Amino acid sequence: MSSISVKNITKTYEKGKVLALDNISLEVKSGELFGLIGPDGAGKTTLFRILTTLLVADQGQATVAGLDVVKNLWDIRKIVGYMPGKFSLYQDLSIEENLNFFATVFNTTVEENFHLIEDIYVQIEPFKKRLAGKLSGGMKQKLALCCALIHQPKVLFLDEPTTGVDPVSRKEFWDMLDRLKSRGITILVSTPYMDEASRCDRIALIQKGKILDIDTLKNIISKNTQLLLAVKGEERFRLLNDIRAYEDTLTCFAFGEENHVVLKSGTEKVDSLSKYLADKNHKGVEIKAIEPNIEDTFIKLMLESENPQ
Amino acid sequence: MKVFFAFVKKEFWHVIRDKRSLIILIGLPIVMMLLFGFALTSEVKNSNIAILDFSKDPATKTLVDRIDQSQYFTVNKYLNSEKEIEGVFRKGEVRLVLIFPQNFENDLSKDKKTQVRLVADASDPNTANITINYASAIIRDYQNEVNENKMLPYAIEMETRMLYNPQLKSSYNFVPGVMTLIMMLLGAMMTSVSIVKEKEMGTMEILLVSPMKPIMVLISKAVPYMVLCFLDIILILLMAVYILDMPIQGSLVLLLAESLLFIITTLSLGLLISVNVNSQQVAMFISLVALLMPSLIFSGFMFPIENMPLPLQVMSNLIPTKWYYSIMKAIMVKGLSFEFVLKQTLILAGMTVFFLSIAIKKFKINLEA
Repeated sequence: MSSISVKNITKTYEKGKVLALDNISLEVKSGELFGLIGPDGAGKTTLFRILTTLLVADQGQATVAGLDVVKNLWDIRKIVGYMPGKFSLYQDLSIEENLNFFATVFNTTVEENFHLIEDIYVQIEPFKKRLAGKLSGGMKQKLALCCALIHQPKVLFLDEPTTGVDPVSRKEFWDMLDRLKSRGITILVSTPYMDEASRCDRIALIQKGKILDIDTLKNIISKNTQLLLAVKGEERFRLLNDIRAYEDTLTCFAFGEENHVVLKSGTEKVDSLSKYLADKNHKGVEIKAIEPNIEDTFIKLMLESENPQ
Repeated sequence: MKVFFAFVKKEFWHVIRDKRSLIILIGLPIVMMLLFGFALTSEVKNSNIAILDFSKDPATKTLVDRIDQSQYFTVNKYLNSEKEIEGVFRKGEVRLVLIFPQNFENDLSKDKKTQVRLVADASDPNTANITINYASAIIRDYQNEVNENKMLPYAIEMETRMLYNPQLKSSYNFVPGVMTLIMMLLGAMMTSVSIVKEKEMGTMEILLVSPMKPIMVLISKAVPYMVLCFLDIILILLMAVYILDMPIQGSLVLLLAESLLFIITTLSLGLLISVNVNSQQVAMFISLVALLMPSLIFSGFMFPIENMPLPLQVMSNLIPTKWYYSIMKAIMVKGLSFEFVLKQTLILAGMTVFFLSIAIKKFKINLEA
């Protein structure tokens, strides 16, 4: 059974001038941890707001837990938990006060659903008298998650929950999501970090309001049959520019110390590339074939959607 | 109901923890009352005057003494020649110069006629007028005493009575005015800013995705400010009665009921602003420019509406503060009962319903622009 269903949703802003979502469809199964992955401005927040009844789509239908986002607005608002991308709790209220307030707003009490938030709450409990505005980024996220969970939602919407949070807290946060998933809560989470895709059951890659692909991370990557080269050298910046200027280069992007290169001719002409780079006086050049990762795949899909053959 | 109280509690936390809003809520009424009561008064007290006395006889001496003893004037300089007059005005040492001619007493008793010249510094025309009036009144009193036992052939005796405010205290005018302004400022500005703050901080987004009905959000936001405004009204009234010695002539219950109505008017204006703007700065700017300025100008508190050109007079009818101010003056100063303020009350109530229904109609249940 699908918990979230989006069919042909289109949304524009400023009277149709800005296209935010372009005919999007996706299904999230019940109990699934589904990731919406894409850069800033891809349309992730817009989709979240449509699903949480905050915005109305221009075209298309969407349902959450079987309820229509337009017709059953009030029913949806009772059963979803929503954590906006921007920290949206009362900065001048303490952890405890925020939690109690949101529990009351959702017609429940902290005690009633404490089992849901317990393992998250214990981490911030020592600071429960501290004002929310004075918490660190990681603690803010934990508090916001507690507040979004306090009414035992059936579907949880987390809009970029790990943006601006340190790597350790990010890992902890995903561990928490795993535990919530095991309790049967459907979670739709968005993130601009490709490396977090591996923590989701399935992901949708989104770019400029279009969905590039929806599948498990493994399948998405395995569909990418492109032959990829990792090129390393001493002068990184000059190397990048020289490879990009090379006639046989299809794409070249910097990944840390390496440049990931796709040649128009596949891997047949690796030798001519190394000769070209030697001619350009590059030292310590290493070229090896590698398996593409999610980011390579995203770039590939993005370029394909921008220049359809 | 539980949700409502949780909201009200939360709202009080916001106010108590924000020093600025606390200062505005409690400090502003006190400062305004004290300022208008003691500093910005249009009453003339202890004005410095100079005397140029060419006769120096018992009559002028008595008259000067009387003037000096009155609460309005202090004689702080005796001049010797007319040349000095301009000097003291230039230095701003005195507001008024009294000039007695030679043989003042002689002329007064023998010829039954003499002159006093009053020269005032009219760079501030109102004060000049008031000082001249006060000085003339003292001189007239003296003249009446001198004439006491003599029948004058023709005389029109004027007997003036200042109704409602015999001592011409300015507090009778400014206390209702300050109440009007404070309510406008607090009711409209604080409410709109606090709602817009929820939008700006993103908390409105979470509140919208909750079972709480938007109308409940509005009411829960407005009620705490209604209570605070009402407390401010009481604070102002206490200050008026106990510090400024201004009695409340009419019914206190009626006064408070009318004030409550006006508070609701200002709150609905605040709500109206808040549903239309998205930043605290804009909300504050609109409250100050679009609400406070017209309130100040058109309430009748600072500038008499009758003196305005007709189009402005017509416009003043649209300003709620005008009606509240006139209700307050009628009840506090004249002690009138409800039937005399019925018209104003109905107008105010009508305006409130109008603003409130637009605000509720325009309140969005989502984030759509």
